[in-house]
Amino acid sequence: MNPFVTLRIALRAVLRNKMRSFLTTLGIIIGVGAVIAMMAIGAGAKAQVEQAFAAMGTNLLIVLPGSSSTGGSKGGFGSQPTLTWDDLAAIKNEVATVKAVAPSLRANQSLVSDQLNWTTSVTGTTPEYFDIRNWPMSDGALFTQQDVDAGNKVIVLGQTVVSRLFGPTASPVGQTIRVGNTPFSVVGVAGKKGQSATGQDYDDAAFIPSTTFAHRIQGGLGKYMSGQMYVQSTSSDTTQRALEDVRTLLRDRHKLPPGADDDFSIRNLAEIAGAQAEGTDTMTTLLASVAAVSLLVGGIGIMNIMLVSVTERTREIGIRMAIGAKPSSILLQFLIEALVLSIAGGLVGVASGVGVAWWLASKFKWPVQVQVDVILISVAFSAAVGIVFGLYPARKASQLDPIDALRYE
Amino acid sequence: MDGPPLIEVRDVTKVYQTGDVEVRALAGVSLEIRSGEFVAIMGSSGSGKSTLMNILGCLDRPTQGTYLLAGRQVAKMGKDELAETRNEVLGFVFQSFNLLARTTALENVELPLVYRGIGSKERHRRGLRALERVGLEKRLDHTPAQLSGGQQQRVAIARALVGEPKVILADEPTGNLDSKTSIEVMNLFQELGRAGITVVLVTHEPDIAEFASRVIVVKDGLIQSDQTHQQRVAEVPPSLRAAPAAPATPPVAKGTP
Repeated sequence: MNPFVTLRIALRAVLRNKMRSFLTTLGIIIGVGAVIAMMAIGAGAKAQVEQAFAAMGTNLLIVLPGSSSTGGSKGGFGSQPTLTWDDLAAIKNEVATVKAVAPSLRANQSLVSDQLNWTTSVTGTTPEYFDIRNWPMSDGALFTQQDVDAGNKVIVLGQTVVSRLFGPTASPVGQTIRVGNTPFSVVGVAGKKGQSATGQDYDDAAFIPSTTFAHRIQGGLGKYMSGQMYVQSTSSDTTQRALEDVRTLLRDRHKLPPGADDDFSIRNLAEIAGAQAEGTDTMTTLLASVAAVSLLVGGIGIMNIMLVSVTERTREIGIRMAIGAKPSSILLQFLIEALVLSIAGGLVGVASGVGVAWWLASKFKWPVQVQVDVILISVAFSAAVGIVFGLYPARKASQLDPIDALRYE
Repeated sequence: MDGPPLIEVRDVTKVYQTGDVEVRALAGVSLEIRSGEFVAIMGSSGSGKSTLMNILGCLDRPTQGTYLLAGRQVAKMGKDELAETRNEVLGFVFQSFNLLARTTALENVELPLVYRGIGSKERHRRGLRALERVGLEKRLDHTPAQLSGGQQQRVAIARALVGEPKVILADEPTGNLDSKTSIEVMNLFQELGRAGITVVLVTHEPDIAEFASRVIVVKDGLIQSDQTHQQRVAEVPPSLRAAPAAPATPPVAKGTP
């Protein structure tokens, strides 16, 4: 029997009871819609986390100086400068798994332009810092290694600082501002970076050479550096190795006996990012499985209504059989009917899921990402639901005895 | 009327098991029907005539005995083969018309051809021809609800005809019709009979059986009598001949010209 004709018969049967068909497919619609919306939200959240960590820098390790321990009261990490400028150079030169190292000395300073002033976080660092953080300039140029070596009074401003000091459209390159009482020449403006995962504005910052920072803000360049080191490994695969290598080198350089605590700490941002992403993954899986359960319930709804339909149409089945329909034709007819219901539900579900995701994205600025593979899987899954739950009623219909079916009132 | 009979039933019994009770609906029936005959099977309810009809219609299989339809053993057929036989060899007309609701006359008539896998153009052509034959060519798009009982039964006859079957089986085809429409429908059957189509009709009404050229009376699962029209006419005493309400048109029973 022609499957196209069967499809037409099924379509007509489905359209004959429009309200009932709609209510039947509602379970599938909600299930598929929920799966797609949830997965879109989950993927969006994950992408946001990844993006936030990528903004901090790729394959990044942060080395913090150790804690001070005076008279039994232990300060936190960073409370005592234990890292030296030589450590920094050694990490750069001696560890094969490290690609780049940059110091990060930080202090809040008041910046003053001709008309305005703004207090922001000023970081003393080297040009490598911007490589590590994937942070290009949007205007002017980065200060150079020569600026660092000479301790020049040059400054790179973040976008927020520029708009606070010069207005949103101004180009401050070449102008002079004061940091505290020291005049600095603006050489570059860093590109827009946005917010961190915790909502901190990356663009509310200014950068000067680390030597200048030590001299002008920290009151002299000594043996120890009062700040952190940003260490970039050669690739994401070597980040953990780089962590171990840097640790071994620093313990060696600080002459720590075996068993003694580290007088520094190293944080692996990739690991933190991974944990975060895993968290959103777990959440997504959880939400999606709840949605999948509603798909299953939708399937049971289809089975229910197909059973009702088979009973209701017992006489029709008897007529068709008397006229020459084989059991397989009857089976196919009801199976295709269940499939039409479930696939129609699946498609409407896709539309509503995408709609909800789009609405969330526009209304609440949620970072949703609709995934094509999720759509395809959802539709395939709803079709499978139709087959699985349609098979039993269809089989029941095809096994009817034509005499009994014809007599059915 | 040479060659093997179209329908050959030999020593057929049918036993139904209802709980612990065995019901012998057919207790050993033998009959032959040749191509072109117009046969009425008569009997009161419970006589076994419906069971015989179901077996003749390949809707049911005998408990014992053989049934040869167009030379083929029905007892040995599987469900699919039975379905094919019903589709190609037989045409059914039921008491309650059994048309698909909310489906047009033409679509109802085309249905047997759908299950035969015939393309839509050819289906339309043949469906139209069958409806013309029963005089309903102007009601193609009407659904059963928009047709009178007689018209519905004529659609059902067109549906039985459309597949060009060897036998048309009619189970109380006038049971739900008034006497005037009954006569119209029976005239249609007679016309088909004259055109060479084999018709087997089940009824409990003697008036209706009168239209047939041969009447088989079934009682308690056995054939009580099997007579041609001429034999019956000869048997009835002249004094009783006019008593039953005679059909408006005299039954034509002389066989095909």
